[in-house]
Amino acid sequence: MAMIELKDVSKWYGSFQVLNGCTTSVEKGEVIVVCGPSGSGKSTLIKVVNALEPFQKGTIHVDGISVSDPKTDLPKLRSRVGMVFQHFELFPHLTITENLTLGQIKVLKRSEEEAKTRGLKYLDRVGLIEQKDKFPGQLSGGQQQRVAIARALSMDPICMLFDEPTSALDPEMINEVLDVMVGLAKEGMTMMVVTHEMGFARKVANRVIFMDRGQIVEDASKDDFFGKPRSERAQQFLAKILHN
Amino acid sequence: MGSFDFDVIARSLGYLFREGMVFTLTLTALAAVGGIVFGTLLAMMRLSSFKWLSLAATGYVNLMRSIPLLLVIFWFYFLVPYIGAWLTGAARPIHVGAFASSVITFTMFEAAYYSEIMRAGIQSIPRGQVWAGYALGLNYWQTMGTVVLPQAFRNMIPILLTQTIILFQDTSLVYVLSITDFLGAASKVAQRDSRLVEMYLFAALVYFIVSFGLSLLVKRLQQKIAIVR
Amino acid sequence: MKYNWNWGILWQTSIDGQNTWIMMLIHGLGWTLFAALCAGVIALLLGSVIGVVRTTDHKWLVRLGNAYVELFRNIPLLVQLFLWFFVIPELLPKAFGSAIKQMPPPWGSFVPAVIGLGLFTAARVAEQVRAGIQSLPRGQRMAGTALGLTQAQTYRHVLLPMAFRIIMPPLTSETMNLIKNTSVALTIGLVELTAAARSMQEFTFQVFEAFTAATVIYIIVNLVVVNLLRWLEKSVAVPGFIGPAAVGGGGH
Repeated sequence: MAMIELKDVSKWYGSFQVLNGCTTSVEKGEVIVVCGPSGSGKSTLIKVVNALEPFQKGTIHVDGISVSDPKTDLPKLRSRVGMVFQHFELFPHLTITENLTLGQIKVLKRSEEEAKTRGLKYLDRVGLIEQKDKFPGQLSGGQQQRVAIARALSMDPICMLFDEPTSALDPEMINEVLDVMVGLAKEGMTMMVVTHEMGFARKVANRVIFMDRGQIVEDASKDDFFGKPRSERAQQFLAKILHN
Repeated sequence: MGSFDFDVIARSLGYLFREGMVFTLTLTALAAVGGIVFGTLLAMMRLSSFKWLSLAATGYVNLMRSIPLLLVIFWFYFLVPYIGAWLTGAARPIHVGAFASSVITFTMFEAAYYSEIMRAGIQSIPRGQVWAGYALGLNYWQTMGTVVLPQAFRNMIPILLTQTIILFQDTSLVYVLSITDFLGAASKVAQRDSRLVEMYLFAALVYFIVSFGLSLLVKRLQQKIAIVR
Repeated sequence: MKYNWNWGILWQTSIDGQNTWIMMLIHGLGWTLFAALCAGVIALLLGSVIGVVRTTDHKWLVRLGNAYVELFRNIPLLVQLFLWFFVIPELLPKAFGSAIKQMPPPWGSFVPAVIGLGLFTAARVAEQVRAGIQSLPRGQRMAGTALGLTQAQTYRHVLLPMAFRIIMPPLTSETMNLIKNTSVALTIGLVELTAAARSMQEFTFQVFEAFTAATVIYIIVNLVVVNLLRWLEKSVAVPGFIGPAAVGGGGH
């Protein structure tokens, strides 16, 4: 059984179709990179997986549980799926430690002490243990994004979703975040990553999905995608992104 | 003008402050707390995706904002006893004291204004914050309570306080119910001793000092918040 | 428990022996609107002057303007009306003061009410006008000066035309506030709409009919005025210009 399974997913904003019959799956331990031009629907695709955005047609299952079934306990399901956002979305009114423990305490009902131990373990892992008492606003973008990854990891996720995790960062900070992500991939974390960082894709992706105008145009192994992309649109996109 | 009588003020200071001002400040504090709590609920209702909840809250806020506070004071003064009787199943309108009636009136009225402030505050929080809360597995109330409202409230504190200064001034309108708030007390002394000039000038001065002083504090707070950001 | 509704009361003759109660309410509405109109004219003229003065670089004028706004904003309207009604006539020269006191009703209440409401609202208008002018790009003023316009001309032809368009929405809500605030004048004896409803309640004991009728009238006035001013706002809008975010309002 696939960890994440999308079948024929379509979504409209009013009369505008943002997702058009998207079907794909992510196996346990797989790393999938989703790319495509802006407005292609890739960010929406990753948000519907976590039911942060509703969709009108098709089905999505995470670990065998339907995301759109009204009977599904969404908070419980989401607590098992780690998510990292483009703009970090750390809670600015909470310290780094409090950011790391909020979900563990409120959702997983862990004791404050346990939550703190676990949260700080992951904070140490992303190399920011000395920042534990600061507020998000006092950290650089790259540091904030690493904290956000630690926050997601503290929930012991069965898989992780990344929504353009480096596109809001200054160039010199991109690598510190990618390094953490590469480490995760190598440990066997199941990951679905929306990104333009083709270097990351070459290094750790199993498959690459290319989207355009709400459709999955290409869904290929890494070698096939970079070696001989079938669609013209993917070729153009690659040419643009690799020659910049 | 030569007959300006400072003594009448000095003699009535105890009455003015211990009775009048205490009433005014208690009413202001209770109505502010109640108004902010109820106003926040109204704001959440207005932003809810349940259409009828949102419509009900919008209707309430617009109604309160369309009619004068004095008319609202009269409405509640007569309505609250009936509602009380309806709630308790009593046969006749129950007796509600002037103080309780004022607290209810000002809470219900100011909630409409506080709700507009809190709505703006909630809407100013980026959607990603809500997503991040949900993505952690927090439910609606947890996301609101731990992520959205603390930030919205903190951002809006200066405006909420400014509205509370307006509330403080508005409480003087309970005068029409012959209640001994600060202005009511001043007015009673003024009538009794025929010292209208002294008492009303003094009342104006006191209201000015309190309101102006508080507004300076709010300005300071605003600058502090601006620096922290 | 039961309340005896009797909507027919609105069409029964009121205490004045001639008009029905509904007519009395409408009569009250007339005074509400008339007082608001007179006070509004004062507020708009005086408020604009003070608002403009606060954006000039005359240090003392700015301070004076600021002092005016703080003074009238930090004293409750009700207390201000008491000052105009009870206190000011006493402080004026005797002949003048007693002439005011002997004005026949309703002018004895109407005049102090209009002065009080006008000066109170002027402070709020001044605040909007100042914010409106300051929200304009600084280059506008420089461009006016660079063309050789005097300061007065720059205000008249460059700054104010845009500033007033920008502050139309907050001025609309100030207008509504003014109409509602007119009710405070009932404390000094002006029989406007709320006072009329109150006296209907006192004489007929049909509390909720009286207040419902007044509420409905206020809502209608609200709708009419808001739409009228919105239409005005649209008809003076400058094509292609989207104003900066509305200037903060607040209060009532």
